[in-house]
Amino acid sequence: MATTDQEVNELIKREYEHGFVTEIEADTFEPGLNEDVIARLSAIKKEPEFMLEWRLKAYRRWLEMKEPDWAHVGYPKIDYNAISYYSAPKRPEDMPQSLDEVDPELLRTYEKLGIPLHEREKLAGVAVDAVFDSVSVATTFKEPLAKAGVIFCSISEAVRDYPELVQKYLGTVVPHTDNYFAGLNSAVFSDGTFVYVPKGVRCPMELSTYFRINAANTGQFERTLIIADEGSYVSYLEGCTAPMRDENQLHAAVVELVALDDAQIKYSTVQNWYPGDENGKGGIYNFVTKRGACIGKNSKISWTQVETGSAITWKYPSCILRGENSVGEFYSVALTHNYQQADTGTKMIHLGKNTSSTIISKGISAGRSSNAYRGLVKFGPRAEGARNFTQCDSLLIGDQCGAHTFPYIESLNKSAIVEHEATTSKVSDEQMFLCRQRGIDPEQAVSMIVNGFCKEVFKELPMEFAVEAGKLLEVSLEGSVG
Amino acid sequence: MLSIKNLHASVEGNEILKGINLEIKAGEVHAIMGPNGSGKSTLAQVLAGNEAFEVTAGEVTLNGDNLMEKATEDRAREGVFLAFQYPVEIPGVSNLQFMRTAVNAMRHHRGEPEMNAAEFMKLAREVSKQVDLDPAFLKRGVNEGFSGGEKKRNEIMQALLLQPKLAILDETDSGLDIDALKVVADGVNALRSEDRAILMVTHYQRLLDHIVPDHVHVLADGKIVKSGGRELALELEERGYAWLGIREDDVAASSAN
Ligand SMILES: Nc1ncnc2c1ncn2[C@@H]1O[C@H](COP(=O)(O)OP(=O)(O)OP(=O)(O)O)[C@@H](O)[C@H]1O
Ligand SMILES: [Mg+2]
Repeated sequence: MATTDQEVNELIKREYEHGFVTEIEADTFEPGLNEDVIARLSAIKKEPEFMLEWRLKAYRRWLEMKEPDWAHVGYPKIDYNAISYYSAPKRPEDMPQSLDEVDPELLRTYEKLGIPLHEREKLAGVAVDAVFDSVSVATTFKEPLAKAGVIFCSISEAVRDYPELVQKYLGTVVPHTDNYFAGLNSAVFSDGTFVYVPKGVRCPMELSTYFRINAANTGQFERTLIIADEGSYVSYLEGCTAPMRDENQLHAAVVELVALDDAQIKYSTVQNWYPGDENGKGGIYNFVTKRGACIGKNSKISWTQVETGSAITWKYPSCILRGENSVGEFYSVALTHNYQQADTGTKMIHLGKNTSSTIISKGISAGRSSNAYRGLVKFGPRAEGARNFTQCDSLLIGDQCGAHTFPYIESLNKSAIVEHEATTSKVSDEQMFLCRQRGIDPEQAVSMIVNGFCKEVFKELPMEFAVEAGKLLEVSLEGSVG
Repeated sequence: MLSIKNLHASVEGNEILKGINLEIKAGEVHAIMGPNGSGKSTLAQVLAGNEAFEVTAGEVTLNGDNLMEKATEDRAREGVFLAFQYPVEIPGVSNLQFMRTAVNAMRHHRGEPEMNAAEFMKLAREVSKQVDLDPAFLKRGVNEGFSGGEKKRNEIMQALLLQPKLAILDETDSGLDIDALKVVADGVNALRSEDRAILMVTHYQRLLDHIVPDHVHVLADGKIVKSGGRELALELEERGYAWLGIREDDVAASSAN
């Protein structure tokens, strides 16, 4: 049976290899999704055979899956055959040649966020001097990481250079059967990040997509896999505060974290996709599956996220707490404005003994936006002595926005303890009056009050990130008063 | 400095201020007394620009400028300060950050450079000692979990930091123990100066033992019904408000406070 399958795949692959020669010159695949497209994608990336098989299996399953229909999120139907599933990195001559060619609105925002000049060019996609770009960045982080034995590269490289690690862990936390978008991602993922921290190693620096060469343009189906081996520690920062624009409306990423015995992974995200204009036009749909598995005893995974972007965000960074005494944490700030919709939350799945989890969720709604928190805390039959603490706070700015919380608790173990606190408050007229009476500008007052509201989450972020996140809220809230 | 002419104000269609006339010169301290609900806080809030109140008639000028046309923050930047009767909490925003933001907003308005965190910290520590607040309060959220008396001292601290032209103190003496009353009074006396006017709302003549006012006014049912010197406060203490022909129920409410 296995042989037959393999033979068939071999055949398929060969067939496509044939066509692939002419196709490789093309920068972009024409829109459409079928097995042929997937095979070409895999071939272009020079993937080993197991990878193609894996993708095809996911694809076939995906065809049978149904797109979810979320009660609190509305978006027009997506035509998956109208999407192109591969596009080569832009050539320098196709990029803006200097900041003069970049949307002034974007530049204004960079300035407000205090982003250094040379970084603005990179963020705006200006064709920067490639030597500057790769050499300076590479030397600052490559050496110490290599010394520590940490692998930090693109997932495409990892598939080629560390196939055993990839094969062992990819899809173990988020299987392709998990949900519609994870299935699609598994079939067509374009690129993403791979991290492996060896036994007993404390990663000597914060890892960030931002510093990874070629991190830009990883496209709409990103795949990230982080493995922390026994006793190791790693802190990973995803995204940056600069507003990201993209022609691709749909983004369906998958992030998998694996923590072995006594290992710790801290994953921080600041996400600022283009949310659409004030009428809700043109924003990004961000449907991402993020999940960490604490498979080892005493392991710990923390998710910290600050979400201000996207037209629609659907995202539940989750933890599977399998190892005894393992710990899961989720700290989240989600801000919605104008017509944005955010449906976020987390799932804490307690399977092991004495596992514990903490959820702190801060939702901020302004304008006509809607912000939903959905949390699942589940205790399996063997989760003896497990406990969870959940705190869910909503802050409303103005009276046309909404906040909803949906906490779900499922317990198959009587000894499990759950504590839940929830509050909804408004930026009150009295608070605004106090600030203004002290000479503080109304917009600055709102952002100060909102920052105060988010303090518990911000303090979990790495220092510089926290400062940036604060500024980001300020910029995102512009126009929310008056 | 401050001139109020025939000021009428209402909230949700109810007229609260029914024609206030008041002149305060630079260097003067005026005390406003009067029964509960007579409109003292309303007057203070209207002067500071609280949009919950609608000004229906009258004129208010500060050094000749029409105050009522200006937004709350602009009035503040031009020197109007209100110490609140019930200071509101802003959870998570540190007192230090709040005060520095305020001080820098004023400095910005005056074209002065901003104070950095270290400079401000030093100043704030000094001033907090002046009002007998432990510097630990600087790190706490604005008024978050402060006791009544701590909130009042925190208000005076802000007045000392912001050095306003017109300081309006709404019952800053209420709810203070004897020592705290002395501290607050010392703070207010420190504010007293040739080029500053102070308007104090109070129910107690004991404050006026520490801060001797130049004028005392009695506000009843939205109007100033009597004005006098320091001795008027003493007389009120002895005789209550009834001899001024103020409605019985007002008096009852007042003595219940
Ligand atoms: N926002 C509001 N809505 C409705 N009524 C209000 C509002 N604010 C004030 N009032 C009413 O206006 C009247 C005057 O209130 P104000 O707070 O000015 O009194 P005060 O003289 O300061 O009293 P106290 O001595 O108790 O502090 C009261 O009857 C009060 O109920
Ligand atoms: Mg009052």
